Amino acid sequence: MSGARDQVARLLALVPYIQARREVSLEDAAADFGVRPAQLVKDLNVLWFCGLPGLGMGDLIDVDMDALEGDGVIRVSNADYLSRPLRLDSSEASALVVALRALREGAGDDVRPIVDRTLDKLEAAAGDGAAVAARVDIRLPEGLDRVAAVRERLERAVEERRQVRLDYYVPTRDESTERVVDPVRVVDADGHAYLDAWCHVAEDQRLFRLDRVSAATVLDTPVEQHEGLAPRDLADGIFSPSPEDLPATLVLGPAARWVAEYFPCEEVDEEPGGGLRVRLRVGDPVWLVRLMLRLGGAARLLDPPELAERVREVAAAALAGYEPAAGP
Amino acid sequence: MNLSRDEMTARKSERLLNLLITLLVSRTYVSKDRIRAVIEPYREAGDDAFEKMFERDKDELRSLGIPVEVGYVDRAFEDEPGYRVERSAFELPDIDLDPQEAAVIGLAARVWQHAGLAHATSDALVKLKAAGVSVDRAALDIVQPQLSAEEPAFEPLWDATRTRTPVEFRYRTSTGADVATRHLQPWGVVCYRGRWYVVGHDTDRGEPRVFRLSRVQGDVATDGRPASFDVPAGTDLRAVTRALTPATADRTADVLVRRGAGHGLRRHAQPLEPAQRPERDAERVDVPDGWERLAVRYASTDGLVDEVLGYGAEVVVLGPSEVRDRVVARLRESADGRVTA
Repeated sequence: MSGARDQVARLLALVPYIQARREVSLEDAAADFGVRPAQLVKDLNVLWFCGLPGLGMGDLIDVDMDALEGDGVIRVSNADYLSRPLRLDSSEASALVVALRALREGAGDDVRPIVDRTLDKLEAAAGDGAAVAARVDIRLPEGLDRVAAVRERLERAVEERRQVRLDYYVPTRDESTERVVDPVRVVDADGHAYLDAWCHVAEDQRLFRLDRVSAATVLDTPVEQHEGLAPRDLADGIFSPSPEDLPATLVLGPAARWVAEYFPCEEVDEEPGGGLRVRLRVGDPVWLVRLMLRLGGAARLLDPPELAERVREVAAAALAGYEPAAGP
Repeated sequence: MNLSRDEMTARKSERLLNLLITLLVSRTYVSKDRIRAVIEPYREAGDDAFEKMFERDKDELRSLGIPVEVGYVDRAFEDEPGYRVERSAFELPDIDLDPQEAAVIGLAARVWQHAGLAHATSDALVKLKAAGVSVDRAALDIVQPQLSAEEPAFEPLWDATRTRTPVEFRYRTSTGADVATRHLQPWGVVCYRGRWYVVGHDTDRGEPRVFRLSRVQGDVATDGRPASFDVPAGTDLRAVTRALTPATADRTADVLVRRGAGHGLRRHAQPLEPAQRPERDAERVDVPDGWERLAVRYASTDGLVDEVLGYGAEVVVLGPSEVRDRVVARLRESADGRVTA
């Protein structure tokens, strides 16, 4: 039964925890251990029958039951041999050390020395357990502090069920837009944090990448109710093409094969010469035109032909900007 | 006698704790007979039942990270094995943290968004609290990064790195749809821009390689025993994975951007004041009505060329010429509908 293993692990921390503090209220201890107070009472009852070998009554650990039942205070005595907790094992030590490294990456010049001191002390105490941390390297995305501030605000809005006004940059359209949304949750997927929300401009559920939010204001107005609104399932990633999207067919040269990996394609076929012919669904024609301009001669748009024509027009208009006589 | 689940758990916890205390307080190895004599449930069990129970209990203590050692009770007669738990290997050494350092620990415990690692950090935090550390996160006001790892391959590869266990997995290459089985001695894991990579010695290729976790297909299987390879001394993960790291944006391009357009570009640009303008070939560039002249910071020529092309006719590059020339060449290809390769 794994219950006993967890209980023993908890008691091996609880006994030194109480002894280091003389006495602790049941509620505080439960909060520190992340369990219900009733669970701690069960744990403490186990101690009654534990103690030095031989099991003479005087050799057992003493839990002050009057204080526990009467005042909700835990006191433990006769347990000097359990005055220190168990060492950190390697999974605990490495998880904590790597988390500290991440904090260090995100910290400013004033805080970094404090994190360094903490890391030194922790690594010394953890010994070999922390050795693995040398084999983990964390580099946080840029603009992390800004994203963290936005995230905190949005999580508060989710909790308080209040509307948010977002300034949001849409890269596929190259637009900065303002909109009011009803937040559902903040979620991590595909290496970025997103706000899952009902958008009053799109009148639909949308995902907003937090590093593209330039401003977020939590409003006093409560969120509205929307039929069938539920957290979006992101098990298959962020991109979820819809059948109403425009079908497009591209021929990708070897230099453009990455497109097939980056975006979900419905069909991928090898072409002679190391290229690919792919079919994908496009939500926004502007996005496809921008992609084709970027790929230049490395790819060709077969279908829809009117968008291929649009790519040629935009390229010709852009080239005009480089004619010395005309100027942009 | 019918016992409730809680009572059964409590009986077992009690037995495990008494076994631990017996092994911990003894200065010498304790013989199995002695252990059986002092712990009531062992004493009351039959011989076979005792053996089974004792073996299981030892394993259970070890699974908690308790170092149960085996040795001989009497060195002169190596016939009677005994057991003990060395206090210095059992106890967390003294760790003296000031309030700010303790706050750092408290914040670190909230960094992991990955369930398994979040659990490991909170277990570590409980042990530190048991060592007398009082955590008040408010003692420090800093940005709290969050580390997530949705890639299913993360946990097995993290564990393999931790235990130095060779692994085998199916991997999709970046250049094609090929999926191949790869064999790796994992040296370490790297998180870069929110994506996880594993770095190690690729035993098929005979050289160090980097794999992106999101391209690992299916399960990660072990391919050898724990601690069966060494990470070469002096391995610098950051150096090995430098190929993943784009250069910093330390170059500047001179561009014209139509007003109300190029928002993405503006995020790493600033207006170019007339005094700062690099006048080339004594030719003055007049900024046409409805346009702005910006200084755009960039890291790689390819990256900027790609970005500028996406804006079509809204952006014109004035310099440097390598960027301008490549943008023009690519636009010609698109305007002609020509395919280069």
